[in-house]
Amino acid sequence: MVIPVVTRTRSGVAFSLALGGSALSTAASAWALAEVLANGSIRYDLGGWAPPVGIQYVVDEVSAFVALVVTSVATLVIAGTRRWAEREAGARAGPFYALVMLLLAGLGGMVVTADLFNLFVFLEISSLAAYTLVFLGGRAGMLAGFRYLVLGSIGGAFYLLGVGFLYFSTGTLNMEETATILAASPSSRSVQAGAVFIFVGLGLKMALVPLHLWLPDAYTHAPSSVNSLLAPIMTKVGAYAMVRMFLSVFPDGYLKDEALVADGLLVLGLVGIVFGSVAAIRQSDIRRMLAYSSIGQLGLIAVGIGLATPLGLVAALLHVMNHAVMKGTLFLAAASVRLSTGLSSVNGLTGLGRAMPLTMACFTLGALSMVGIPPMAGFFSKWWAAQAGVESGQWVVVAVVLGSSLLTAVYVFIVLERVYLRPALPAEGHEASEETGVPVDETGDAPDASDEGVPAHVRGASESPVDVVLPLAVLALATVVLGVANSFIVTHVLEPGVR
Amino acid sequence: MTTDSLLPIAAVLIPAGGAVLVALTTERRRNLRDAWSTIAAVALLAVMLLLLSDALDGQAARTTLLEISPGIDIALRADAAGMVFGLLASALWVVSGIYAVGYMRGEREQKQTRFFAAFALSISATVGVALAENLLTFILFYELLSLFTYPLVAHRETDEAIVAGRKYLAYTLSGGLLLIGAAAWLHVLGIDATFQPGGFLDGTTLDGAAQWGLFALLAGGVGVKAAVMPLHSWLPSAMVAPTPVSALLHAVAVVKAGVFGMVRVVAFAFGPALLLDMGAWTVLAGLSAATVLIASMLALRHDNLKRRLAYSTISHLSYIVLGAALLGPIALTGALLHMVGHGVTKITLFFAAGAIHVRTHKENVSQLDGIGRQMPITMGAFALASLSMAGIPPFVLFTSKVYLGWGAAEVGQQLFLLLYVASGVLSAAYLFPIVVRAFARSSTDHARYGEADMRMVVPIALTGIFALVWGIAPDLPLGFFELAESVAGDVFPAPVAAAGDTP
Repeated sequence: MVIPVVTRTRSGVAFSLALGGSALSTAASAWALAEVLANGSIRYDLGGWAPPVGIQYVVDEVSAFVALVVTSVATLVIAGTRRWAEREAGARAGPFYALVMLLLAGLGGMVVTADLFNLFVFLEISSLAAYTLVFLGGRAGMLAGFRYLVLGSIGGAFYLLGVGFLYFSTGTLNMEETATILAASPSSRSVQAGAVFIFVGLGLKMALVPLHLWLPDAYTHAPSSVNSLLAPIMTKVGAYAMVRMFLSVFPDGYLKDEALVADGLLVLGLVGIVFGSVAAIRQSDIRRMLAYSSIGQLGLIAVGIGLATPLGLVAALLHVMNHAVMKGTLFLAAASVRLSTGLSSVNGLTGLGRAMPLTMACFTLGALSMVGIPPMAGFFSKWWAAQAGVESGQWVVVAVVLGSSLLTAVYVFIVLERVYLRPALPAEGHEASEETGVPVDETGDAPDASDEGVPAHVRGASESPVDVVLPLAVLALATVVLGVANSFIVTHVLEPGVR
Repeated sequence: MTTDSLLPIAAVLIPAGGAVLVALTTERRRNLRDAWSTIAAVALLAVMLLLLSDALDGQAARTTLLEISPGIDIALRADAAGMVFGLLASALWVVSGIYAVGYMRGEREQKQTRFFAAFALSISATVGVALAENLLTFILFYELLSLFTYPLVAHRETDEAIVAGRKYLAYTLSGGLLLIGAAAWLHVLGIDATFQPGGFLDGTTLDGAAQWGLFALLAGGVGVKAAVMPLHSWLPSAMVAPTPVSALLHAVAVVKAGVFGMVRVVAFAFGPALLLDMGAWTVLAGLSAATVLIASMLALRHDNLKRRLAYSTISHLSYIVLGAALLGPIALTGALLHMVGHGVTKITLFFAAGAIHVRTHKENVSQLDGIGRQMPITMGAFALASLSMAGIPPFVLFTSKVYLGWGAAEVGQQLFLLLYVASGVLSAAYLFPIVVRAFARSSTDHARYGEADMRMVVPIALTGIFALVWGIAPDLPLGFFELAESVAGDVFPAPVAAAGDTP
């Protein structure tokens, strides 16, 4: 049987091939998911070598689900950012899309592999592609990319070290075998240390506070065609790898009782939710705001994993999907705005509700979903996380998860107010008095010196062309559809997957 | 008994569809646009009337949509309690829709398309709240109501309006979060949170502390919109919105969604027996009684007419909460009647305030000398409504207050009977001076004002008259009294004469 998900399209031919490749891998993932739901997990031994020796790939409900999310969001983003890629990559469109494909191949490989070392390989493949893509963002991008590279490599090293520790104790790299051996043998310090190293490494990849330092700069300064791609899917696969450790590598309860990894995740996740959301409030650049918001949202995923219950994992995986779709919507909308106005500051959005109604309608849908207005997808992330918290008796989790809605509402409505309620064309001097005239609660939209001057450009703003708006609209509508369909997804895909 | 029917979902979708049509019609064709909202309003009322006869027969029509979470459907059911609220909101939407057209054009408000679309969406959410069969469906519409009314509060786009909008969202979204927490908790416990007369909790599933926690979440969540002190401060701020919003949404739909939610929590979630057992009713009764008095006194101090009316609203909302908290069938009947009566009465007062503002741009009580001679119909209706607010017979709020007071006496709480009487005096104290000024004093400025546009005057007169008509015949023509009694009958089945033996 062929591994359906890893599409190794490395051709120098540009956009259409990339789009075709990712669309194909979306179709493959969808087919794999249907296959898994009907007939159970798909296994494939690389080169025909059976597991202890060779590398095995396994597609179960969870990996097929995550693969589908990653590939479908990536397809839409690739379609929606074509104009940016043309502008930013220019003549190098070939290598650019090759990198994008490499990134997707790496992520796809991480999702389907059942081998700890192979996971590291794919992790590094996707990361190297991501570093290079961030480098494309000019001078600031170089710096951000370098920072990402240094920290990312440290993360990779931690992970590899952890795998090494495990290998010393178990003598195997296959996930299932590791699980069997660990379950049979008494807990040892080296296994515990291995677990901690692995989670520090993966935590860095998924930007778990305080390992998030690479993320805001990388997302802000990467080219628009890149950050829209990285933000929805990159960290999610790190989160998926964590879930995989809980599901397939470490025995039930081990990470909670022996290594205290779960509790660590829980605490850091809670801190991340609060930190990310509060930091997002203070940002004046929309991409940076969304980047910090991602840190907060990833905190929610970490909390779900950290609860280490089936319900918690369901909440985490559901949020992997929901957040990928919501952040994809928001970043794509921000890219669309920047395409039309050249601006990416929050102030730059002033009055755009009129000028770019479709883009802004999509942005609003994504934003409201993030706040958690039912029946949109974001609401159900909170709904399941709250249930998981209640079930475990973790009332702090319930309070933080629900309370974070309010923090999200603060930064989201700072933007929406500008988009819809502020006058479209305030005179330059007017802006300052307006800022002080509003007794801003804890929102503090401090006027930023780096602000790009504003509304002169807005005057000429008009709706982005259809090839930008269409993928955006599909993502935005998905926030509603996936919300309504959450019950189906949970009962048919996720719950069987985490058992 | 319930029957499957598409009418409940139609009732939710008609205003939403109206909103879409409104949004698609450009400002240039505003007559068509405003016709859409009126047509939707009339159609909604027609559907609600169709549902009414079923509800009165005890055959509540029911629509089940999809399973939104394992084991929980989005489901609507037009039971008697929901019909009281739904009918009230849809009947008053017809009049306030017409009024709003006159008002918005009279004031030359900006962005009227957005206004009317959000207005219709808010009504859709309100009907959803009224007909929600279970807690999660209730939450869905409750949150949507917060969201859809936000652009109406912030409509003027001034700094004041935007700040009021923020405050409004902060309060109402927090309330919603408490409810979500409660719903998640119930779901994990495996309790089916479908509203049932007498409650879906029976005191055996939860221990004492958990019961109190759940009660705090649920009552706190709906208490925000019901503006029970100390959760009230969003309401006076929200008065910055255009007057039709204050009139329909902040006197009827939004706040009544909170009060109605309280009725659901008290009578359909916990149930009187459990609340009596817990003693939780004392907390609710104490807070609402304090709110009744404090808000009335605060109303006395405000010269701004809309703010005075806002505090009056806060006070009267707590009449209803208190009526529900007394846990007796008569008090509950009174509470539901007061919900209806206060709706029609307060909307008249707000309508009048808006008409005065459109004509004269006056918004303070102290500026209203002699206005009654210039706008006799408007102020005549205002006077009728003031009499009703003070609980003078035979107006509608007299009838409801008789039930509330009688209900208090029935459960042995004569103190609250006194409270109802005393606050009636306070209502008179903050409203009658306005009427006296308007008719008895002569105007201080020399401008001559006439009545406002007919689209405003007719609704004002109509609601003013109904404040009287429903006092004499509350069943005419919408069957409110019959509905209220049937709710009380369901919640308090005959043999258990309920809360008679409270300490």
